Amino acid sequence: MWRYIAQRFLVSIPVILMVGIITFTLVYVGPGDPAAIIAGDEATPEILEAIREDLGFNRPFPVQMGDWFWNLLQGDLGTSYFSRREITELITPRLQPTLSLGIQVVVLSTLIGISTGMLAAWKAGSRLDRNLMVLAVLGFATPGFWLAFLVIWVFAVNLGWFPVLGYKPIQDGLIQHLHSMFLPVMINSILASAFISRITRSAMLEVLREDYIRTARAKGASELSVFIRHAFRPSAIPVATVIGASIAGLATGFVLTETIFAIPGLGRMLIDAIVRRDYPIIQALLMVVATVLIAVNLLIDILYAYIDPRIRY
Amino acid sequence: MTETLLKVEHLQTEFRTEGGVVKAVDDVTFEIKQGETFALVGESGCGKSVTALSIMRLIPNPPGEITGGSIEFDGENLLDLSDSDMRDLRGSKIGMIFQEPMSSLNPVLTIESQLAEPLKIHMNLSSKAANDRAQELIDMVGIPDSKTRLRQYPHELSGGQRQRIMIAMAMSCTPRLLIADEATTALDVTIQAQILDLMQDVTEQSGASLLIITHNLGIVARYADRVAVMYAGKLREVSDAPSMYANPLHPYTVGLLRSVPRLDSDKGTPLAPIAGEIPDLTNLPDGCAFNPRCKWAVDRCSNESPELSEISPTTQVACFEHSSVTLHA
Repeated sequence: MWRYIAQRFLVSIPVILMVGIITFTLVYVGPGDPAAIIAGDEATPEILEAIREDLGFNRPFPVQMGDWFWNLLQGDLGTSYFSRREITELITPRLQPTLSLGIQVVVLSTLIGISTGMLAAWKAGSRLDRNLMVLAVLGFATPGFWLAFLVIWVFAVNLGWFPVLGYKPIQDGLIQHLHSMFLPVMINSILASAFISRITRSAMLEVLREDYIRTARAKGASELSVFIRHAFRPSAIPVATVIGASIAGLATGFVLTETIFAIPGLGRMLIDAIVRRDYPIIQALLMVVATVLIAVNLLIDILYAYIDPRIRY
Repeated sequence: MTETLLKVEHLQTEFRTEGGVVKAVDDVTFEIKQGETFALVGESGCGKSVTALSIMRLIPNPPGEITGGSIEFDGENLLDLSDSDMRDLRGSKIGMIFQEPMSSLNPVLTIESQLAEPLKIHMNLSSKAANDRAQELIDMVGIPDSKTRLRQYPHELSGGQRQRIMIAMAMSCTPRLLIADEATTALDVTIQAQILDLMQDVTEQSGASLLIITHNLGIVARYADRVAVMYAGKLREVSDAPSMYANPLHPYTVGLLRSVPRLDSDKGTPLAPIAGEIPDLTNLPDGCAFNPRCKWAVDRCSNESPELSEISPTTQVACFEHSSVTLHA
């Protein structure tokens, strides 16, 4: 088991390296001269040259990239062009809203998705099953931003149960925090749970046809025990895969959610940085997101091995 | 006379398929006495596994359903039992071993938890007691190093070992009847004999009856006391094993016996497979289902279906022409 984990871990290192190279190159070859952006409209060629000299833009590409990587390794994500502040310093306050949103959505969508999927599989072919699956299809056919505006209109504008905007950090009290996050959390959870639910249902139905399920019945196991003890864990692999994929989907979805609900998280920060062409921030955020996703993947891989002993080679 | 343990009468099991209703088991009647080894023989798709699953009431419904007859086990009609009473019986009074040792054990549960499960369900053993008993069971079925095995998963065991675990599991609550549904088909020939010997040993020790479902006549000859030959959902011949080998009465039985390769036949002698094809169960020929493939068939055979009738106290056959059927034609 430890061997397997170490192996998975080592494999993710070159992946991060590749992401770094791609990120840096993309931003490097992207349009726009950073020196011109920094200097503003009335810059003379001398000023531009001075900025380039100052920030090292006139050094060869590999040197710049090597430098960037070296700083990354030391935990230095670079300096913003505009605020002239350390990016790590800028990111820190932005982490909490995004992490809070992410954790709540992942936990909630997993719970909703797996429980409704299992219920549908348990009652396969029944009216309940059909209704749940119609809801699931609606769930992943619905655009998030549209649903977001709809619930804002109903629950925030008309009913006034939740704030339209106005993020409250945990420091203001957990209840206040959860209340201010309720609508974005619900919208993302419901949409993400739709896919998890469908996959859970089909994986369970597939496993329920296996020979070892018949063996369990032949032993006299109750239907509930057959379902939970014998069928659920073998079906969990595709479910774990989908949860991992939905986390990746959330990373991009949050850019939208945070913009709509005015949540001061990383997604908003990224949009602001793109609008201002603050390249170091874009690079840094891409790296952070990629690293988080790779870590999630690693976690899912380890989860696989826990679920299915055949994977622990 | 020993007592009858299992009495199957006029059993009907049907499957509703797109091609129509398939009578997988059609009016099957036989009985198994206590301590007896009974073999149910036939080609693939003849309904022998469905018969076994019907006894366990494990026919997947839909599409399958037991539509008639009775299955009397130890004086009780299993078809009248409630689902929960039937569950209490499965694994405790009737144990079953399946064909595929590779896929019949749950891949994500340890051997220990799978072996201990029926003990916990039926004998209310504590986890500790059940686990201790599981280790004894592994010793009983002849797998060395039982302590390590308990913590292993099915994929760490060989096919033969897994089938031994299945036997241990099926025998854990000392059932009265052990059903082995093609239990050795997927194993190497040498392992087959070991597994069959083991099944015979454990059932003999506990006095349980053994129902062997197989297409392998070699197994029948060596292990079975009595044999029933099944074709297209119906029993065609039921007899004592030695007399069936010496003097088969149904043309299909003759066909089966003649298609078995023999070591004592001359080199170069071709095998004699049964001519024709296994019939489509949704569209059986009129009369006796075997008549298109039968060389003893007469006009009557394509109009009328012969009933299983008693020839001697131990032998029943369903053939109009049984008196002229011989093995060495």
